[in-house]
Amino acid sequence: MTADDVILQVKGLTAEYGAAPVLQEVDLTVRAGTIAAVLGANGAGKTTLLRTLSGLVKPSGGEIVYSGQPLLGVPVEQLVRRGMAHVPEGRGVVAELTVDENLRLGGLWRRDRGDAAKALTEVYELFEPLAQRRRSAGHQLSGGERQMLALGRALVARPKLLLLDEPSLGLAPRVIAQIMALLRQLRDTTGLTVLLVEQNVRSALSVADEAVVMSLGRIVTATSADRLRDDEELRHAYLGF
Amino acid sequence: MDRFVFLTFDGLSKGAVLAAFALALVLIWRAARIVNFAQGAMAVAAAYAGYSVTTATGSYWLGFAAALLGGLLIGVVVERAVMRFVDHASPLSEVIVALGLVLVLQAVLGMVYGNEFLPAGTPFSRTALSVGDVPLLSRYDLFVFGAVLLVLVGLALLFTRTSVGLRMRASAFAPEVSRLLGVNVGGMLTLGWALASAVGALAALLVIPTELGLHPHAMDLVFVSAFTAAVVGGLDSPPGAVVGGLTVGLILSYVSGYLGSDVTPMAVLVLLLAVLLVRPGGLFSSTVARQA
Repeated sequence: MTADDVILQVKGLTAEYGAAPVLQEVDLTVRAGTIAAVLGANGAGKTTLLRTLSGLVKPSGGEIVYSGQPLLGVPVEQLVRRGMAHVPEGRGVVAELTVDENLRLGGLWRRDRGDAAKALTEVYELFEPLAQRRRSAGHQLSGGERQMLALGRALVARPKLLLLDEPSLGLAPRVIAQIMALLRQLRDTTGLTVLLVEQNVRSALSVADEAVVMSLGRIVTATSADRLRDDEELRHAYLGF
Repeated sequence: MDRFVFLTFDGLSKGAVLAAFALALVLIWRAARIVNFAQGAMAVAAAYAGYSVTTATGSYWLGFAAALLGGLLIGVVVERAVMRFVDHASPLSEVIVALGLVLVLQAVLGMVYGNEFLPAGTPFSRTALSVGDVPLLSRYDLFVFGAVLLVLVGLALLFTRTSVGLRMRASAFAPEVSRLLGVNVGGMLTLGWALASAVGALAALLVIPTELGLHPHAMDLVFVSAFTAAVVGGLDSPPGAVVGGLTVGLILSYVSGYLGSDVTPMAVLVLLLAVLLVRPGGLFSSTVARQA
Protein backbone atom coordinates (compact mmCIF):
# COMPACT_ATOMS: atom_id res chain seq x y z
CA MET A 1 0.00 0.00 0.00
CA THR A 2 1.52 3.35 -1.03
CA ALA A 3 0.84 6.71 0.56
CA ASP A 4 -1.19 7.69 -2.52
CA ASP A 5 -3.56 4.79 -1.94
CA VAL A 6 -4.44 5.97 1.55
CA ILE A 7 -7.23 8.54 1.85
CA LEU A 8 -7.62 8.44 5.62
CA GLN A 9 -5.01 7.70 8.26
CA VAL A 10 -5.88 7.76 11.96
CA LYS A 11 -3.21 7.35 14.63
CA GLY A 12 -3.70 7.05 18.38
CA LEU A 13 -7.08 8.77 18.32
CA THR A 14 -8.48 9.22 21.82
CA ALA A 15 -11.71 10.89 22.95
CA GLU A 16 -13.76 11.14 26.11
CA TYR A 17 -17.32 12.02 27.07
CA GLY A 18 -16.65 13.75 30.38
CA ALA A 19 -14.37 11.42 32.29
CA ALA A 20 -15.44 8.31 30.38
CA PRO A 21 -13.09 7.26 27.58
CA VAL A 22 -14.99 6.44 24.37
CA LEU A 23 -12.10 6.12 21.94
CA GLN A 24 -8.78 4.72 23.08
CA GLU A 25 -5.69 4.87 20.89
CA VAL A 26 -7.59 4.10 17.71
CA ASP A 27 -5.43 3.42 14.65
CA LEU A 28 -7.14 3.13 11.29
CA THR A 29 -6.10 3.21 7.65
CA VAL A 30 -8.61 3.50 4.82
CA ARG A 31 -7.57 3.05 1.21
CA ALA A 32 -9.08 5.25 -1.48
CA GLY A 33 -11.85 3.66 -3.54
CA THR A 34 -12.73 1.02 -0.96
CA ILE A 35 -15.53 0.36 1.47
CA ALA A 36 -14.32 -0.11 5.03
CA ALA A 37 -16.81 -1.45 7.54
CA VAL A 38 -16.59 -0.55 11.21
CA LEU A 39 -18.33 -3.25 13.24
CA GLY A 40 -19.01 -3.83 16.88
CA ALA A 41 -21.66 -3.97 19.57
CA ASN A 42 -23.64 -1.06 20.92
CA GLY A 43 -21.38 1.32 22.82
CA ALA A 44 -18.22 0.11 21.09
CA GLY A 45 -17.40 3.64 19.94
CA LYS A 46 -18.29 3.32 16.24
CA THR A 47 -20.51 6.39 16.02
CA THR A 48 -18.10 8.39 18.18
CA LEU A 49 -15.31 7.46 15.79
CA LEU A 50 -17.23 8.96 12.85
CA ARG A 51 -18.24 12.03 14.87
CA THR A 52 -14.61 12.57 15.87
CA LEU A 53 -13.43 12.22 12.28
CA SER A 54 -15.89 14.86 11.13
CA GLY A 55 -15.04 17.23 13.99
CA LEU A 56 -18.30 16.98 15.93
CA VAL A 57 -16.43 15.44 18.87
CA LYS A 58 -13.12 17.00 19.89
CA PRO A 59 -10.45 14.34 20.43
CA SER A 60 -8.12 14.54 23.39
CA GLY A 61 -5.23 12.99 21.53
CA GLY A 62 -4.00 11.44 18.31
CA GLU A 63 -3.97 12.60 14.73
CA ILE A 64 -6.15 12.36 11.64
CA VAL A 65 -4.67 12.74 8.18
CA TYR A 66 -7.10 13.02 5.27
CA SER A 67 -5.86 13.17 1.68
CA GLY A 68 -2.38 13.89 3.02
CA GLN A 69 -3.51 16.86 5.14
CA PRO A 70 -3.93 16.98 8.93
CA LEU A 71 -7.60 17.33 9.83
CA LEU A 72 -7.61 18.25 13.50
CA GLY A 73 -8.67 21.86 14.06
CA VAL A 74 -10.40 22.15 10.71
CA PRO A 75 -13.94 23.53 11.33
CA VAL A 76 -16.77 21.07 10.73
CA GLU A 77 -18.25 23.37 8.06
CA GLN A 78 -15.03 23.14 6.02
CA LEU A 79 -14.83 19.36 5.79
CA VAL A 80 -17.48 19.04 3.09
CA ARG A 81 -15.44 21.49 0.98
CA ARG A 82 -12.48 19.11 1.29
CA GLY A 83 -14.53 16.20 -0.01
CA MET A 84 -15.67 14.54 3.21
CA ALA A 85 -19.40 13.92 3.74
CA HIS A 86 -20.95 12.54 6.91
CA VAL A 87 -24.41 10.96 6.95
CA PRO A 88 -25.16 10.75 10.66
CA GLU A 89 -27.02 8.07 12.56
CA GLY A 90 -30.78 8.58 12.31
CA ARG A 91 -30.17 9.90 8.78
CA GLY A 92 -30.15 13.60 9.60
CA VAL A 93 -32.88 14.55 7.18
CA VAL A 94 -34.20 18.02 8.02
CA ALA A 95 -37.81 17.02 8.66
CA GLU A 96 -39.25 20.49 8.12
CA LEU A 97 -37.66 20.99 4.69
CA THR A 98 -38.87 19.43 1.46
CA VAL A 99 -36.96 16.74 -0.40
CA ASP A 100 -35.75 19.29 -2.93
CA GLU A 101 -34.64 21.73 -0.23
CA ASN A 102 -32.78 18.99 1.63
CA LEU A 103 -30.96 18.01 -1.53
CA ARG A 104 -30.14 21.60 -2.54
CA LEU A 105 -28.78 22.17 0.95
CA GLY A 106 -26.14 19.54 0.22
CA GLY A 107 -24.69 21.62 -2.61
CA LEU A 108 -25.17 25.20 -1.40
CA TRP A 109 -21.52 25.61 -0.49
CA ARG A 110 -20.40 24.83 -4.03
CA ARG A 111 -19.23 27.70 -6.21
CA ASP A 112 -19.68 25.75 -9.42
CA ARG A 113 -23.45 26.22 -9.62
CA GLY A 114 -23.63 24.35 -12.93
CA ASP A 115 -22.04 21.22 -11.54
CA ALA A 116 -24.12 21.46 -8.36
CA ALA A 117 -27.27 21.47 -10.50
CA LYS A 118 -25.92 18.55 -12.52
CA ALA A 119 -25.16 16.60 -9.34
CA LEU A 120 -28.73 17.26 -8.17
CA THR A 121 -30.12 15.88 -11.43
CA GLU A 122 -27.91 12.80 -11.11
CA VAL A 123 -29.17 12.18 -7.60
CA TYR A 124 -32.77 12.36 -8.79
CA GLU A 125 -31.92 9.85 -11.53
CA LEU A 126 -30.25 7.58 -9.00
CA PHE A 127 -33.14 7.77 -6.52
CA GLU A 128 -36.30 7.83 -8.59
CA PRO A 129 -38.71 7.80 -5.60
CA LEU A 130 -37.20 11.10 -4.47
CA ALA A 131 -37.85 12.68 -7.86
CA GLN A 132 -41.52 11.82 -7.44
CA ARG A 133 -41.65 13.41 -3.98
CA ARG A 134 -39.67 16.60 -4.51
CA ARG A 135 -42.19 18.77 -2.70
CA SER A 136 -42.87 16.39 0.18
CA ALA A 137 -41.56 17.41 3.58
CA GLY A 138 -38.87 15.24 5.16
CA HIS A 139 -41.21 14.04 7.89
CA GLN A 140 -43.62 12.65 5.28
CA LEU A 141 -41.09 10.17 3.89
CA SER A 142 -40.74 6.48 4.72
CA GLY A 143 -37.61 5.21 6.45
CA GLY A 144 -36.15 3.98 3.16
CA GLU A 145 -36.87 7.25 1.38
CA ARG A 146 -35.24 9.17 4.21
CA GLN A 147 -32.12 7.06 3.88
CA MET A 148 -32.09 7.70 0.15
CA LEU A 149 -32.50 11.42 0.83
CA ALA A 150 -29.65 11.51 3.33
CA LEU A 151 -27.39 9.58 0.97
CA GLY A 152 -28.45 11.65 -2.02
CA ARG A 153 -27.83 14.89 -0.16
CA ALA A 154 -24.31 13.73 0.67
CA LEU A 155 -23.70 12.78 -2.97
CA VAL A 156 -24.73 16.25 -4.23
CA ALA A 157 -21.47 17.44 -2.66
CA ARG A 158 -19.54 14.92 -4.82
CA PRO A 159 -17.53 13.63 -1.84
CA LYS A 160 -14.35 11.60 -2.02
CA LEU A 161 -14.94 10.05 1.40
CA LEU A 162 -18.38 9.19 2.76
CA LEU A 163 -18.81 8.56 6.48
CA LEU A 164 -22.00 6.55 6.74
CA ASP A 165 -23.50 5.76 10.13
CA GLU A 166 -25.94 2.84 10.47
CA PRO A 167 -27.70 3.18 7.11
CA SER A 168 -29.68 -0.03 7.71
CA LEU A 169 -31.20 1.11 11.00
CA GLY A 170 -34.94 0.35 11.02
CA LEU A 171 -35.11 -0.58 7.33
CA ALA A 172 -36.58 -3.66 5.64
CA PRO A 173 -34.05 -6.25 4.37
CA ARG A 174 -34.95 -5.49 0.74
CA VAL A 175 -34.18 -1.76 1.22
CA ILE A 176 -30.94 -2.57 3.04
CA ALA A 177 -29.86 -4.76 0.12
CA GLN A 178 -30.61 -1.91 -2.31
CA ILE A 179 -28.54 0.53 -0.27
CA MET A 180 -25.59 -1.84 -0.03
CA ALA A 181 -25.77 -2.47 -3.79
CA LEU A 182 -25.78 1.27 -4.35
CA LEU A 183 -22.66 1.72 -2.23
CA ARG A 184 -20.91 -0.96 -4.26
CA GLN A 185 -22.02 0.74 -7.49
CA LEU A 186 -20.75 4.14 -6.31
CA ARG A 187 -17.41 2.67 -5.29
CA ASP A 188 -17.00 0.94 -8.64
CA THR A 189 -18.21 3.77 -10.89
CA THR A 190 -17.04 6.92 -9.09
CA GLY A 191 -14.20 5.65 -6.90
CA LEU A 192 -16.04 6.81 -3.76
CA THR A 193 -14.48 5.71 -0.50
CA VAL A 194 -16.93 4.70 2.22
CA LEU A 195 -16.34 4.31 5.94
CA LEU A 196 -19.42 2.35 6.91
CA VAL A 197 -20.50 1.98 10.52
CA GLU A 198 -22.95 -0.90 10.85
CA GLN A 199 -24.49 -3.18 13.40
CA ASN A 200 -25.92 -5.34 10.64
CA VAL A 201 -22.72 -7.33 10.20
CA ARG A 202 -23.86 -9.58 7.37
CA SER A 203 -25.01 -6.65 5.23
CA ALA A 204 -21.85 -4.68 5.89
CA LEU A 205 -19.57 -7.61 5.10
CA SER A 206 -21.51 -8.32 1.91
CA VAL A 207 -20.28 -5.04 0.47
CA ALA A 208 -17.10 -4.10 2.35
CA ASP A 209 -13.51 -4.58 1.22
CA GLU A 210 -11.99 -4.07 4.66
CA ALA A 211 -13.39 -4.49 8.13
CA VAL A 212 -12.42 -3.34 11.59
CA VAL A 213 -14.07 -4.53 14.78
CA MET A 214 -14.36 -2.19 17.74
CA SER A 215 -14.96 -3.01 21.38
CA LEU A 216 -15.02 -0.60 24.31
CA GLY A 217 -13.51 2.21 22.27
CA ARG A 218 -10.64 0.19 20.84
CA ILE A 219 -10.06 -1.47 17.50
CA VAL A 220 -9.62 -5.14 18.34
CA THR A 221 -9.02 -6.42 14.84
CA ALA A 222 -8.55 -5.05 11.32
CA THR A 223 -8.65 -7.43 8.40
CA SER A 224 -10.18 -8.00 4.99
CA ALA A 225 -13.96 -8.28 4.90
CA ASP A 226 -13.68 -11.58 3.00
CA ARG A 227 -11.58 -13.09 5.75
CA LEU A 228 -13.91 -11.96 8.50
CA ARG A 229 -16.92 -13.27 6.57
CA ASP A 230 -15.38 -16.66 5.71
CA ASP A 231 -13.30 -17.44 8.80
CA GLU A 232 -15.79 -18.81 11.27
CA GLU A 233 -13.31 -18.92 14.11
CA LEU A 234 -12.32 -15.27 13.64
CA ARG A 235 -15.93 -14.21 13.27
CA HIS A 236 -16.92 -16.09 16.37
CA ALA A 237 -14.04 -14.60 18.36
CA TYR A 238 -14.78 -10.98 17.47
CA LEU A 239 -18.42 -10.84 16.46
CA GLY A 240 -19.87 -13.70 18.48
CA PHE A 241 -21.62 -15.67 15.73
CA MET B 1 -72.49 48.99 13.72
CA ASP B 2 -70.39 52.04 12.84
CA ARG B 3 -68.54 51.63 16.09
CA PHE B 4 -67.90 47.96 15.39
CA VAL B 5 -66.47 48.76 11.94
CA PHE B 6 -64.26 51.50 13.39
CA LEU B 7 -62.99 49.20 16.16
CA THR B 8 -62.32 46.46 13.62
CA PHE B 9 -60.12 48.67 11.47
CA ASP B 10 -58.43 50.11 14.55
CA GLY B 11 -57.79 46.57 15.80
CA LEU B 12 -56.32 45.48 12.48
CA SER B 13 -53.99 48.48 12.52
CA LYS B 14 -52.80 47.66 16.06
CA GLY B 15 -52.67 43.99 15.13
CA ALA B 16 -50.38 44.65 12.17
CA VAL B 17 -47.77 46.16 14.49
CA LEU B 18 -48.19 43.35 17.00
CA ALA B 19 -47.78 40.88 14.13
CA ALA B 20 -44.46 42.48 13.18
CA PHE B 21 -43.25 42.40 16.77
CA ALA B 22 -44.48 38.81 17.25
CA LEU B 23 -42.65 37.91 14.06
CA ALA B 24 -39.44 39.25 15.58
CA LEU B 25 -39.96 36.95 18.58
CA VAL B 26 -40.69 34.00 16.28
CA LEU B 27 -37.57 34.65 14.20
CA ILE B 28 -35.34 34.40 17.26
CA TRP B 29 -37.24 31.44 18.66
CA ARG B 30 -36.80 29.56 15.38
CA ALA B 31 -33.14 30.47 15.10
CA ALA B 32 -32.01 29.98 18.69
CA ARG B 33 -34.87 28.45 20.70
CA ILE B 34 -34.86 31.52 22.94
CA VAL B 35 -37.85 33.64 23.93
CA ASN B 36 -36.15 37.00 23.68
CA PHE B 37 -37.56 38.93 26.63
CA ALA B 38 -35.14 41.73 25.73
CA GLN B 39 -36.84 42.29 22.36
CA GLY B 40 -38.84 45.29 23.60
CA ALA B 41 -35.87 47.03 25.19
CA MET B 42 -33.72 46.36 22.10
CA ALA B 43 -36.45 47.85 19.89
CA VAL B 44 -36.71 50.93 22.09
CA ALA B 45 -32.93 51.40 21.96
CA ALA B 46 -33.11 51.34 18.15
CA ALA B 47 -36.02 53.81 18.24
CA TYR B 48 -33.92 56.17 20.40
CA ALA B 49 -31.14 55.95 17.79
CA GLY B 50 -33.70 56.99 15.17
CA TYR B 51 -34.93 59.80 17.43
CA SER B 52 -31.35 61.14 17.74
CA VAL B 53 -30.86 61.17 13.98
CA THR B 54 -34.26 62.75 13.33
CA THR B 55 -33.56 65.43 15.95
CA ALA B 56 -30.12 66.16 14.46
CA THR B 57 -31.18 66.20 10.80
CA GLY B 58 -34.85 67.12 10.95
CA SER B 59 -35.63 64.23 8.63
CA TYR B 60 -38.10 61.55 9.77
CA TRP B 61 -36.91 59.18 7.07
CA LEU B 62 -33.22 59.44 7.98
CA GLY B 63 -34.21 58.65 11.56
CA PHE B 64 -36.36 55.78 10.32
CA ALA B 65 -33.43 54.30 8.38
CA ALA B 66 -31.07 54.86 11.32
CA ALA B 67 -33.44 53.03 13.66
CA LEU B 68 -33.64 50.02 11.34
CA LEU B 69 -29.87 49.98 10.94
CA GLY B 70 -29.51 50.42 14.70
CA GLY B 71 -31.87 47.47 15.17
CA LEU B 72 -29.70 45.29 12.93
CA LEU B 73 -26.54 46.27 14.80
CA ILE B 74 -28.10 45.80 18.24
CA GLY B 75 -29.18 42.30 17.18
CA VAL B 76 -25.64 41.46 16.03
CA VAL B 77 -24.05 42.81 19.22
CA VAL B 78 -26.53 41.09 21.55
CA GLU B 79 -26.03 37.73 19.84
CA ARG B 80 -22.26 37.95 19.44
CA ALA B 81 -21.41 39.56 22.76
CA VAL B 82 -24.05 38.16 25.09
CA MET B 83 -26.31 35.32 23.96
CA ARG B 84 -23.57 33.27 22.31
CA PHE B 85 -21.92 32.83 25.70
CA VAL B 86 -25.04 31.83 27.61
CA ASP B 87 -25.27 28.23 28.80
CA HIS B 88 -27.96 26.81 26.49
CA ALA B 89 -28.37 23.66 28.57
CA SER B 90 -30.81 25.47 30.83
CA PRO B 91 -33.57 27.63 29.27
CA LEU B 92 -33.76 29.54 32.55
CA SER B 93 -30.27 30.98 32.10
CA GLU B 94 -31.28 32.46 28.72
CA VAL B 95 -34.39 34.02 30.25
CA ILE B 96 -32.42 35.49 33.14
CA VAL B 97 -29.75 36.93 30.83
CA ALA B 98 -32.44 38.44 28.58
CA LEU B 99 -34.19 40.02 31.56
CA GLY B 100 -30.84 41.34 32.77
CA LEU B 101 -30.31 42.85 29.36
CA VAL B 102 -33.69 44.60 29.64
CA LEU B 103 -32.63 46.21 32.93
CA VAL B 104 -29.26 47.31 31.54
CA LEU B 105 -30.70 48.76 28.31
CA GLN B 106 -33.53 50.59 30.06
CA ALA B 107 -31.16 52.01 32.68
CA VAL B 108 -28.67 53.19 30.06
CA LEU B 109 -31.42 54.74 27.90
CA GLY B 110 -32.82 56.48 30.98
CA MET B 111 -29.38 57.89 31.84
CA VAL B 112 -28.69 59.09 28.29
CA TYR B 113 -32.12 60.38 27.24
CA GLY B 114 -33.92 60.85 30.57
CA ASN B 115 -37.07 59.15 31.80
CA GLU B 116 -39.57 61.60 30.34
CA PHE B 117 -41.76 60.78 27.37
CA LEU B 118 -40.21 62.26 24.22
CA PRO B 119 -42.41 63.24 21.28
CA ALA B 120 -42.37 60.76 18.40
CA GLY B 121 -43.65 62.12 15.12
CA THR B 122 -45.33 60.35 12.24
CA PRO B 123 -44.62 60.82 8.54
CA PHE B 124 -48.33 60.86 7.67
CA SER B 125 -51.50 62.25 9.22
CA ARG B 126 -53.18 60.22 11.94
CA THR B 127 -56.57 61.73 11.20
CA ALA B 128 -58.90 58.95 10.14
CA LEU B 129 -60.31 59.03 6.64
CA SER B 130 -64.06 58.55 6.67
CA VAL B 131 -66.26 56.49 4.40
CA GLY B 132 -69.73 57.98 4.72
CA ASP B 133 -69.82 59.06 8.36
CA VAL B 134 -67.65 56.19 9.58
CA PRO B 135 -64.01 57.00 10.36
CA LEU B 136 -61.92 54.06 9.19
CA LEU B 137 -58.19 54.33 8.65
CA SER B 138 -55.75 57.21 8.70
CA ARG B 139 -52.95 57.68 6.21
CA TYR B 140 -50.60 56.61 8.98
CA ASP B 141 -52.58 53.37 9.45
CA LEU B 142 -52.18 52.68 5.74
CA PHE B 143 -48.44 53.33 6.08
CA VAL B 144 -48.34 50.85 8.99
CA PHE B 145 -50.15 48.20 6.94
CA GLY B 146 -47.86 48.80 3.98
CA ALA B 147 -44.67 48.64 6.05
CA VAL B 148 -45.70 45.45 7.84
CA LEU B 149 -46.87 43.86 4.60
CA LEU B 150 -43.56 44.73 2.95
CA VAL B 151 -41.65 43.10 5.81
CA LEU B 152 -43.83 39.99 5.72
CA VAL B 153 -43.44 39.58 1.97
CA GLY B 154 -39.71 40.31 2.18
CA LEU B 155 -39.17 37.75 4.91
CA ALA B 156 -41.32 35.17 3.13
CA LEU B 157 -39.27 35.63 -0.05
CA LEU B 158 -36.01 35.53 1.90
CA PHE B 159 -36.90 32.26 3.62
CA THR B 160 -38.51 30.46 0.70
CA ARG B 161 -36.74 31.75 -2.39
CA THR B 162 -33.12 32.38 -1.44
CA SER B 163 -30.22 30.14 -0.51
CA VAL B 164 -29.55 32.30 2.57
CA GLY B 165 -33.11 31.66 3.72
CA LEU B 166 -32.69 27.93 3.17
CA ARG B 167 -29.47 28.00 5.19
CA MET B 168 -31.21 29.94 7.97
CA ARG B 169 -34.10 27.49 8.15
CA ALA B 170 -31.81 24.47 8.09
CA SER B 171 -29.60 25.99 10.80
CA ALA B 172 -32.63 26.60 12.98
CA PHE B 173 -34.13 23.14 12.57
CA ALA B 174 -30.97 20.99 12.46
CA PRO B 175 -27.81 22.89 13.39
CA GLU B 176 -25.51 19.89 13.58
CA VAL B 177 -26.58 18.45 10.23
CA SER B 178 -26.32 21.91 8.70
CA ARG B 179 -22.72 22.24 9.88
CA LEU B 180 -21.94 18.88 8.29
CA LEU B 181 -23.38 20.25 5.04
CA GLY B 182 -21.07 23.27 5.10
CA VAL B 183 -23.49 25.84 6.52
CA ASN B 184 -22.01 28.52 8.77
CA VAL B 185 -24.57 28.01 11.53
CA GLY B 186 -23.09 30.70 13.80
CA GLY B 187 -23.33 33.25 11.00
CA MET B 188 -26.93 32.30 10.29
CA LEU B 189 -27.76 32.68 13.97
CA THR B 190 -26.28 36.18 14.00
CA LEU B 191 -28.21 37.05 10.86
CA GLY B 192 -31.41 35.76 12.47
CA TRP B 193 -30.88 37.97 15.53
CA ALA B 194 -30.07 40.96 13.35
CA LEU B 195 -33.19 40.55 11.21
CA ALA B 196 -35.42 39.96 14.23
CA SER B 197 -34.01 42.99 15.97
CA ALA B 198 -34.58 45.16 12.89
CA VAL B 199 -38.16 43.93 12.58
CA GLY B 200 -38.66 44.68 16.28
CA ALA B 201 -37.25 48.17 15.71
CA LEU B 202 -39.70 48.71 12.88
CA ALA B 203 -42.58 47.65 15.14
CA ALA B 204 -41.37 50.12 17.79
CA LEU B 205 -41.15 52.93 15.22
CA LEU B 206 -44.70 52.21 14.10
CA VAL B 207 -46.33 51.82 17.50
CA ILE B 208 -44.57 54.41 19.68
CA PRO B 209 -46.13 57.45 17.95
CA THR B 210 -49.59 55.97 18.59
CA GLU B 211 -48.92 55.65 22.34
CA LEU B 212 -47.64 58.21 24.81
CA GLY B 213 -44.27 58.71 23.11
CA LEU B 214 -40.68 57.52 23.36
CA HIS B 215 -39.67 56.23 26.79
CA PRO B 216 -37.28 53.47 28.00
CA HIS B 217 -40.36 51.40 28.96
CA ALA B 218 -42.40 52.29 25.87
CA MET B 219 -42.51 48.71 24.58
CA ASP B 220 -43.18 46.87 27.85
CA LEU B 221 -46.93 46.44 27.35
CA VAL B 222 -46.52 45.98 23.60
CA PHE B 223 -44.11 43.14 24.36
CA VAL B 224 -46.73 41.39 26.50
CA SER B 225 -49.33 41.67 23.73
CA ALA B 226 -46.86 40.59 21.02
CA PHE B 227 -45.67 37.66 23.14
CA THR B 228 -49.30 36.62 23.50
CA ALA B 229 -49.72 36.94 19.74
CA ALA B 230 -46.66 34.76 19.12
CA VAL B 231 -47.92 32.12 21.56
CA VAL B 232 -51.42 32.21 20.05
CA GLY B 233 -49.98 31.62 16.59
CA GLY B 234 -47.34 29.15 17.70
CA LEU B 235 -43.80 30.29 18.46
CA ASP B 236 -42.50 28.23 15.54
CA SER B 237 -44.77 29.72 12.91
CA PRO B 238 -44.29 33.05 11.06
CA PRO B 239 -47.80 32.89 9.54
CA GLY B 240 -49.03 32.10 13.05
CA ALA B 241 -47.38 35.28 14.34
CA VAL B 242 -49.29 37.31 11.76
CA VAL B 243 -52.64 35.68 12.54
CA GLY B 244 -51.90 35.88 16.27
CA GLY B 245 -50.97 39.55 15.99
CA LEU B 246 -54.13 40.46 14.12
CA THR B 247 -56.26 38.40 16.54
CA VAL B 248 -54.76 40.08 19.60
CA GLY B 249 -55.06 43.48 17.95
CA LEU B 250 -58.76 42.94 17.29
CA ILE B 251 -59.42 41.63 20.81
CA LEU B 252 -57.60 44.62 22.33
CA SER B 253 -59.62 47.00 20.20
CA TYR B 254 -63.01 45.41 20.96
CA VAL B 255 -62.30 45.09 24.69
CA SER B 256 -61.00 48.65 24.87
CA GLY B 257 -63.92 49.96 22.82
CA TYR B 258 -66.75 48.13 24.58
CA LEU B 259 -65.41 47.49 28.09
CA GLY B 260 -62.85 50.25 28.59
CA SER B 261 -59.10 50.50 28.17
CA ASP B 262 -58.44 49.55 31.82
CA VAL B 263 -59.55 46.00 31.05
CA THR B 264 -57.30 45.40 28.02
CA PRO B 265 -54.19 44.15 29.88
CA MET B 266 -56.39 41.60 31.64
CA ALA B 267 -57.95 40.54 28.33
CA VAL B 268 -54.48 39.82 26.91
CA LEU B 269 -53.55 37.73 29.93
CA VAL B 270 -56.84 35.80 29.79
CA LEU B 271 -56.22 35.03 26.11
CA LEU B 272 -52.65 33.93 26.87
CA LEU B 273 -53.87 31.69 29.68
CA ALA B 274 -56.64 30.19 27.54
CA VAL B 275 -54.25 29.34 24.69
CA LEU B 276 -51.67 27.85 27.05
CA LEU B 277 -54.36 25.67 28.65
CA VAL B 278 -56.17 24.56 25.50
CA ARG B 279 -53.44 24.46 22.87
CA PRO B 280 -50.04 25.15 24.41
CA GLY B 281 -48.23 24.79 21.06
CA GLY B 282 -50.32 27.56 19.52
CA LEU B 283 -52.73 27.46 16.60
CA PHE B 284 -50.07 26.92 13.92
CA SER B 285 -47.49 24.84 15.79
CA SER B 286 -45.54 22.33 13.69
CA THR B 287 -45.46 19.46 16.16
CA VAL B 288 -45.74 16.81 13.43
CA ALA B 289 -42.48 17.81 11.85
CA ARG B 290 -40.75 18.16 15.19
CA GLN B 291 -41.73 14.67 16.29
CA ALA B 292 -40.74 13.04 13.02
